[in-house]
Amino acid sequence: MTQLLQQIINGLSLGSIYALIALGYTMVYGILKLINFAHGEVFMVGAYTGYYSAGALGISAYEAQHRDFPVYLGLIVLVTAMATAALLGVLIELLAYRPVRNAPRLTPLITAIGVSLFLQNAGMLLFSPNPQRYPAILSEVRFEFFGVIVTNIKLTIFVVALCLMLGLHLFVQKTWTGRAMRALSFNIDAAKLMGIDTDNVIRSTFAVGSALAAAGGILFGLDQITINPLMGVLTGLKAFVAAVLGGIGSIPGAVVGGLLIGLAEQLTAGYLSAEYRDAITFVILILILLLKPEGLLGVVRVEKV
Amino acid sequence: MKRTLLRAAIFVAVLLVIYGLGVACEAGFTEYVQRIVLLAGINVILAVGLNLINGTTGQFSIGHAGFMAVGAYGAAYVGVQLAPVAHRALGTGAVSNAFSFNLALLAGALFAGLSGLIVGLPSLRLRGDYLAVVTLGFGEIIRILFNNATFLGAATGYFGDDPSGLPAYTTFFWVYAWVALIVVLIHNLTFSQTGRSLTAIREDEIAAEAMATPTTRLKVTAFAISAATAGIAGGLFAHMQAGVRPEDFRFEKSIDMIVMIIVGGLGSISGAILGGIFVAVSLELMRDLQQYRLVLYALLLIVIMIVRPQGLLGRRELYQLFRKRKAGSGLESSR
Amino acid sequence: MRSLRRTFISGICLAAFGAVGCKKSATSTSAGGSTAADRATEIIIGHYASMTGSTAHFGQDTDRGIRLALVEANAKGGVLGKKLRLVTLDDRGDSAEAANAVNRLIDVEKVSAVLGEVASSLSLAGGRVAQRRKIPMISPTSTNPKVTEVGDYVFRVCFIDPFQGKVMATFAHDYLKLTKIAILRDVKNDYSIGLADAFKASFLQMSGNVVAEQAYSQNDTDFSAQVTAIRGTGAQAIFVPGYYSEVGSIARTAARLGLKIPLLGGDGWDSPDLFTIGGDAINGSYFSDHFAPDVATDKAKRFVASFTTEYGQAPTGLGALGYEAAEVLVDAIARAGKVEPTAIRDAIAHTKDFEGVTGKITMDAHRNPLKSAVVLKIEGGKAKFETSIAP
Repeated sequence: MTQLLQQIINGLSLGSIYALIALGYTMVYGILKLINFAHGEVFMVGAYTGYYSAGALGISAYEAQHRDFPVYLGLIVLVTAMATAALLGVLIELLAYRPVRNAPRLTPLITAIGVSLFLQNAGMLLFSPNPQRYPAILSEVRFEFFGVIVTNIKLTIFVVALCLMLGLHLFVQKTWTGRAMRALSFNIDAAKLMGIDTDNVIRSTFAVGSALAAAGGILFGLDQITINPLMGVLTGLKAFVAAVLGGIGSIPGAVVGGLLIGLAEQLTAGYLSAEYRDAITFVILILILLLKPEGLLGVVRVEKV
Repeated sequence: MKRTLLRAAIFVAVLLVIYGLGVACEAGFTEYVQRIVLLAGINVILAVGLNLINGTTGQFSIGHAGFMAVGAYGAAYVGVQLAPVAHRALGTGAVSNAFSFNLALLAGALFAGLSGLIVGLPSLRLRGDYLAVVTLGFGEIIRILFNNATFLGAATGYFGDDPSGLPAYTTFFWVYAWVALIVVLIHNLTFSQTGRSLTAIREDEIAAEAMATPTTRLKVTAFAISAATAGIAGGLFAHMQAGVRPEDFRFEKSIDMIVMIIVGGLGSISGAILGGIFVAVSLELMRDLQQYRLVLYALLLIVIMIVRPQGLLGRRELYQLFRKRKAGSGLESSR
Repeated sequence: MRSLRRTFISGICLAAFGAVGCKKSATSTSAGGSTAADRATEIIIGHYASMTGSTAHFGQDTDRGIRLALVEANAKGGVLGKKLRLVTLDDRGDSAEAANAVNRLIDVEKVSAVLGEVASSLSLAGGRVAQRRKIPMISPTSTNPKVTEVGDYVFRVCFIDPFQGKVMATFAHDYLKLTKIAILRDVKNDYSIGLADAFKASFLQMSGNVVAEQAYSQNDTDFSAQVTAIRGTGAQAIFVPGYYSEVGSIARTAARLGLKIPLLGGDGWDSPDLFTIGGDAINGSYFSDHFAPDVATDKAKRFVASFTTEYGQAPTGLGALGYEAAEVLVDAIARAGKVEPTAIRDAIAHTKDFEGVTGKITMDAHRNPLKSAVVLKIEGGKAKFETSIAP
């Protein structure tokens, strides 16, 4: 029983990270109908930006086991990483995706795969392929309830992820840009006719999605101890599956999907076999696409001739 | 009757030419270059097969490495089981080897085709990028299954019981005989009634359906054929490498195949042939660059997509290019 | 605007190509074939490795060790009056490319011997080529017994799995007196699978119990599910025959989940990264290795010092074995008296009591080295000699 609870807690914390990344996929897909394969790499760059900026602020991996760093330093790291990733997201959109935006749908897909490959390999050159120990932005405190262990890191993940998701919700529902994003995902041509600067809105979508992925990257680093330049590949795919599972284009759907994928993965690894922890994600993907392609919380849209 | 004779004569002539070229290649090139030539041939089979589904039919598979893996493992396993039987029945000469090798290749193609059918039947209802992601998922699942299959050597890979590996049956002759066969088959299919229906599906699936084209059946068939050709390539690859290992069929391999067909031009058979050769040669030429190699490879992919998304040839065939120069007629309409 | 962007992108590409070109000419690793004149003054040694891809860190580590060995040999005047030159080719962790690379080393670079690969499955692919072409090959780090069974031109300088598995099983059972052990293996690595199997077989033979078997895949970062599952089984130790890149994380996950039992492992652990990633959590764990840094020979100490000066970090086990493979090869070339593959092969086969950095090496009839193993204990972020085991 304690084991099950422990697996569930671990699964949920992993799932909240997936959810943060899935938001970026779902927003971009909702508007451009593009699977932004490079999103996983933006997540990776976000994690590395956090790694280096923490280093620049004097937060190192070793000392932190015995020393507390003030919370505002952690926030600086978070904001730096989010800003850098947002910039990267906008750059990718500008240089790689905008030129092919009106090409047949598969052209941007291949471009996205290319960008993803490029960033992976550039990451290996810049950051070295060796896994790096993530700086201890938080010093670890463990709480034990009836044998179930929860660390302050897990709690931080839940809190930060929740805050960001609420913030995104407010952004999308209450601000002008958010409303424009929803208009674009409903019908991009009509939105253009209404005088919305679509380029600008798409740019903000990439910026917001990338910033969330970077936050996910930092939480991932804290939780998973090490980061490496290929960390975005599988994590990105899983987050994409989470977005599809929840219903692509749906923000609450991405959150639900992320949590479910995290749980499924953790339970498979714990009770079935860890060899199949990656396979289970793809099995879920295939099942959902075959049985309910609009996803759990998605809206059915009839394809018009 | 006369036509049959003529065809038989052409068939024999082509085999002879391939055989001659093979002899010349073995005499004139180092083993290193010979390997690149073989690899290029295998790539051509992969590209031409993938082009049928991605180019001609307009469906998108980015998990074809999975089918190649099924073919490679299937051919390797069947080959190892079959060899003693063939030796008993036909002796240990070249005939027996050729027999068991080609039977093994066909078995690999059968396995790959069947798995293509299993994957295609449910997932071809999906369109465009969703289909792409499902094929990616299947490709990964197939690789993970092989990685955990202990009777197939798990992560070390499968190479029979002899540590020196599977017999090196993959020669110039066999690779290019299969290349010729598959190119002709796919070419005839593409320019047949069925091929036109496939193109119709690519251009407008709903309109094709309205014209009573059995879209689902055609898509699944094309997918299975495409998977089977990848299986042949896998079997040839296994017997060139003297073994198969799961890590050779990662997502990167599927990307290589995508690069092959988009460099040459999606939907063009001659383009796929050029692309297959291009990937084999360019990856080799860039080997000196070490850590920078894959960065450049990725950049190349991006730049092609932005600057010339239709690839070198677009949907045209190489011979149509020359015809245009002569006649000056529109190409798309000449189809 | 559009054409402007195109120009911009082309510019970036050109710059990238240019940068690569400069880099290339600077390292002298580069290939492009060697002329007969080169061969009169040089001995060319090939190395094929995964310099890119998901195992790039292993390939790059090994390459550094090899490079250092050759630089040092050249500083001493080279061998047989000739300088040694290393040509490294990337195989991106793919077996077709590994075989291509070995063929290219032989045909284009005209190497006299080949060093390589880390992964056994890649060494098998490359080894088959070397064997057929009759060029001697030494694998620094491929532990699967099948690798050297490919033929009489393929050697290695590392332990084989059954040996090291038995060492750790004996250590766990007889020295630590443990009876219940969990195994956590990396299913993407043939090294890890082979070592886990060998350990399990030996440990069961000693009537120990394997209470849990869990798995992970290389480059995984999350191990909480496996550790949580092991936590409930009453295991006294976890045998983790993986690489340093994941072991540190596993140790910290175990500590985080309150599992206070030692981890046991093999020579794949040997890296400074183990301590930086594992931190306090890795203290109290044991692994088998070739030599103990605290009671090392002068030669080993010199190697660690010069590697650290050269690359700014201490060597990993892979780097040390790369260095060792290159040294064994250089020694063999010197004893062969001529730069001729068959003579070099014979000389490698007759390597006897060669004083390497990781111990005395004698090649046995199966082209595997006879070396002894030590077990190290990690204390205070350092590995210290615990005992030596003769299985």
